[in-house]
Amino acid sequence: MTAVRVVLPAHLKNLAHVQGEVTLHLGGERDLEVTRQVLLDALESAYPVLRGTIRDHVTGKRRAFVRFYACQQDLSNEPADVPLPAAVVAGSEPFLIVGAMAGG
Amino acid sequence: MTRIRVLVGTRKGAFVLTSDGSRAKWEVSGPHFAGWEIYHLKGSPADPDRIYASQNTGWFGQLVQRSDDGGATWQPVGNDFTYATEPGTHLWYDGTPRPWEFKRVWHLEPSLSDPDEVWAGVEDAGLFRSRDGGATWTELTGLRTHSSGPGWQPGAGGLCLHTIILDPAHAGRMFAAISAAGTFRSDDHGETWRPVNRGLHDEGTLPEEEPEVGFCVHHVEMHPSRPDTLFMQKHWDVMRSDDAGETWREVSGNLPSDFGFPIGVHSHEPETIYVVPITSDSLHFPPDGRLRVYRSRTGGDEWEPLTRGLPQEHCYVNVYRDAMAVDSLEECGVYFGTTGGQVYVSPDAGDTWEAIARDLPAVLSVEVQTLA
Repeated sequence: MTAVRVVLPAHLKNLAHVQGEVTLHLGGERDLEVTRQVLLDALESAYPVLRGTIRDHVTGKRRAFVRFYACQQDLSNEPADVPLPAAVVAGSEPFLIVGAMAGG
Repeated sequence: MTRIRVLVGTRKGAFVLTSDGSRAKWEVSGPHFAGWEIYHLKGSPADPDRIYASQNTGWFGQLVQRSDDGGATWQPVGNDFTYATEPGTHLWYDGTPRPWEFKRVWHLEPSLSDPDEVWAGVEDAGLFRSRDGGATWTELTGLRTHSSGPGWQPGAGGLCLHTIILDPAHAGRMFAAISAAGTFRSDDHGETWRPVNRGLHDEGTLPEEEPEVGFCVHHVEMHPSRPDTLFMQKHWDVMRSDDAGETWREVSGNLPSDFGFPIGVHSHEPETIYVVPITSDSLHFPPDGRLRVYRSRTGGDEWEPLTRGLPQEHCYVNVYRDAMAVDSLEECGVYFGTTGGQVYVSPDAGDTWEAIARDLPAVLSVEVQTLA
């Protein structure tokens, strides 16, 4: 079992009625490779209201103005099936979902 | 005691304005969904405390919210607007094919009789229906897949289905309008559709004499007692049809400009209509900086300016297509909202106006409920 910490942007915290970080317990009794796909699947399973707000309903792709960061790295353009950094999987660093700076 | 509830969608949230029948003193609640664009809210005619709202941002996409207590509390419902068949292509601004892609819900039209049934008009143009209070949405593909679809081109605001009218007298008849494809009619509950644009003209822009589609219809309204009569504010031109859209004729008459977005119909006088003239397609503000609603008591052609209580100098706001509505009190109230954040009410059918709110975010939509 892995406890992964996720930080949502303010609008999605309000939508999901959460404060602070979200902790997702992944993997159950078997070893699980924690990828962004796995993390977002678990997040949307725990908070169904977030479906469609981070990833497109149809394509599953990251919405254009949503970015992913962890361990001071921009992971936004990493493939969804790449393992997340060990510190995220260990729960010592959070996975950040961020509304991109856009507009003027 | 009769009460009025005004549902206001803005660029930064929803607001609910309430008053008694005097319409003199208003309470404002909101913003609901602060920071999100609320393109439209509308209450169910069958259960006025059931309200649906379209919530969207470019960051996090589309949500639909539902209230079962008149807007006091809300719950998010379904937001999956996946086209039911292969989306295909429409024309992009440059004339090249572009795949259909869902962007947002422009308009929500609750059923006249069932609070759990609601229609959604979306961009890129498609028509969806929910029969479970918004939990799930199903596309009625007959409109998007009409044979003219590959030739539809977006207006400046996108390829949006912005108007849905449910005919209260003819079972199964409904109308939809799309910028910049035109007006469409269904006689089988939305299963199949045909364009109803004969008589519309976009001077200088269309290669054919009487094309089937290609018209930037901004808004269409119907009075429920005369379901064969439709009033339209087109990009340019104010139009009417008296045969359920089969043919249209221009009724712009003496308007200072026939460009505009909304059009409204008096709740008790089906030949009394309202528009807000805008200078031009490139100058989206009132002529001469004077905000004037124009009223026709003859179903068009002859118009009078209504100015009392509206700013008559230095006013450079716009009024969007879904941002005008009427109540059904004995003396009909008329309401509209502006891009400057003002919501105006006229409790006397347009003779005098007063601002209910002056500093809201830009207003995208206004709907009114008359509550017993």
